[in-house]
Amino acid sequence: MSAQEWIWLLVGLTFSLYIGIAIWSRANSTKEFYVAGGGVSPLANGLATAADWMSAASFISMAGLISFSGYDGSVYLMGWTGGYVLLALLLAPYLRKFGKFTVPDFIGDRYYSDIARTVAVFCALIISFTYIAGQMRGVGLVFSRYLEVDINTGVVVGMLIVLFYAVLGGMKGITYTQVAQYCVLIFAFMVPAIFISFQMTGNLIPQLGFGATGEDGIYLLDKLDGLQRELGFHEYTNGSKSTMDVFFITAALMIGTAGLPHVIVRFFTVKKVSDARKSAGWALLFIAILYTTAPAIAVFARINLIETVSNKKYEELPEWFGNWEVTGLLEFEDKNNDGLVQYVADVEENELKVDRDIMVLANPEIAKLPNWVIGLIAAGALAAALSTAAGLLLVISASVSHDLIKKIIKPNISEKGELIAARLSALVAVGLAGYFGIHPPGFVAATVALAFGLAAASFFPAIVLGIFYKRMNKEGAIAGMVVGVLLMLFYMTKFKFDWFGGGAKADWWFGISPEGFGTYAMLVNFTVSIIVSKFTPAPPKEVQEIVENIRIPSGAGKAHAH
Amino acid sequence: MEKKDLRQYWRENLKYLLGLLIIWFVVSYGCGILFVEELNTIRLGGFKLGFWFAQQGAIYVFVLLIYIYIRLMSKLDKKYGVDE
Repeated sequence: MSAQEWIWLLVGLTFSLYIGIAIWSRANSTKEFYVAGGGVSPLANGLATAADWMSAASFISMAGLISFSGYDGSVYLMGWTGGYVLLALLLAPYLRKFGKFTVPDFIGDRYYSDIARTVAVFCALIISFTYIAGQMRGVGLVFSRYLEVDINTGVVVGMLIVLFYAVLGGMKGITYTQVAQYCVLIFAFMVPAIFISFQMTGNLIPQLGFGATGEDGIYLLDKLDGLQRELGFHEYTNGSKSTMDVFFITAALMIGTAGLPHVIVRFFTVKKVSDARKSAGWALLFIAILYTTAPAIAVFARINLIETVSNKKYEELPEWFGNWEVTGLLEFEDKNNDGLVQYVADVEENELKVDRDIMVLANPEIAKLPNWVIGLIAAGALAAALSTAAGLLLVISASVSHDLIKKIIKPNISEKGELIAARLSALVAVGLAGYFGIHPPGFVAATVALAFGLAAASFFPAIVLGIFYKRMNKEGAIAGMVVGVLLMLFYMTKFKFDWFGGGAKADWWFGISPEGFGTYAMLVNFTVSIIVSKFTPAPPKEVQEIVENIRIPSGAGKAHAH
Repeated sequence: MEKKDLRQYWRENLKYLLGLLIIWFVVSYGCGILFVEELNTIRLGGFKLGFWFAQQGAIYVFVLLIYIYIRLMSKLDKKYGVDE
């Protein structure tokens, strides 16, 4: 069978599986819609969290990103896994004990204030929208590249699928499709990695393979450092970013991860507090499988790429080179007309532009793997993008129907009415996300980092203080969130979009890049919260009792329907 | 649960958290970032040790930390009779 037939077959099979699951797990109550009825097992929740978390960016772009940045890419590896330690230890068990539906639920009740709730809803909406636009774009890209349809058609098909199971099944449908999607995406990611590791080093485990020796008896990493030096790039195992910046970016990604509402809300779906801890353990284990393999793929792909193209005759390059040139992901310009490909660090002399996404997408072809592996990659990338989009969609719809309509605008709405509102807001959210997917605002790529910075600067301090500092009051928390978010927005827009006079790298405060600034804004949030709370009245007694109550695991019961 | 017991339970919980978070900080920010160059002079097969911590080791330790936390807490919950 040709690669194209394999792609249609595998994508078709996995899509019918997702739709089948959606029909089987329809949601009939708001509790099922928001938190899957609160009865998901820790293992299933761990799988679903892992799929929810790993987006098109983790699946397609991350290995390539590391491939081009070497050691500097470690910020993503540590940043996007270390946050789960914070989640498991500082947030998940207590939020589960609190036992409501959403993050603004916690902020609103703990800080006894609808202003705090509204600020939280606003933060949840910006974070989720910046994130989901990127996912829909990812779906469109994969469709257009593999199924040879127009990008916009791809986005629309993706929208319809997500719509179908998110609107029908709510959190219940999403959870069980995500379990299936995790299996598809991890299989798709591991199979080529194992093949290539074996080809290059004789070791079946990629995590060990990239520290092993190749056919020539030289350690792969030493060889790559040598190749990089020769071509004028920085050594692979040493970075080019400052230590300070690496520190701040890693921290912003970790803390942002722990503050992302679509991740936190997954821990509301389990039965009891100890299950929340367990599912955080499962989730990180499943995520770690992909995250420890990605740096291995990065090394294999980098060596393969350099060895295949560097100083080779353009005419004699393998077939895949031409295939990917068509997509614009590879561009060759023979500047000195010698018919050879010069791939070097010097911009003036470099003749080859390589898009980072190609490192995962074209990897099977570069390594000459069988056609079915290519189909697998397409199905895996779609699973990664769809599962994350669905999780975000649910946060958006719950923020509108539950936090805004039920809690603030129309408290006496019936359960049936709220369920309709939830489905309608999911519908509108998909439409909006699809619109951004088709007409991507230039800031999409830039704002994914913003989503993490915002989550770190807004939710994380408010939640942690709400659990660990009984004296924290509404004045402190609101002031902290508002200052944190505004500071983060100011810094990002100043240095990313040139607002407020813009600025270059030299103007960065304390040498911190916008990607790492979330850490700084978070520290400011903590400081402001604590100082303001010292000068304002202590929270009422009932609230202090809530705090004491969430610190004891027993008696969590089912997620209450209020 | 009695107020005094609650305070005791909470204090033990915080002690665990502190210990685990120190390890969390040391393997990632310490071994993987601040002292990466010093550790890179040591080799682990084909890996420089600092690089290995940043791209592999820290992640393994993260997983381990959560599992240790689960065990410690389930023991603590039993001890104070707050398990389910």
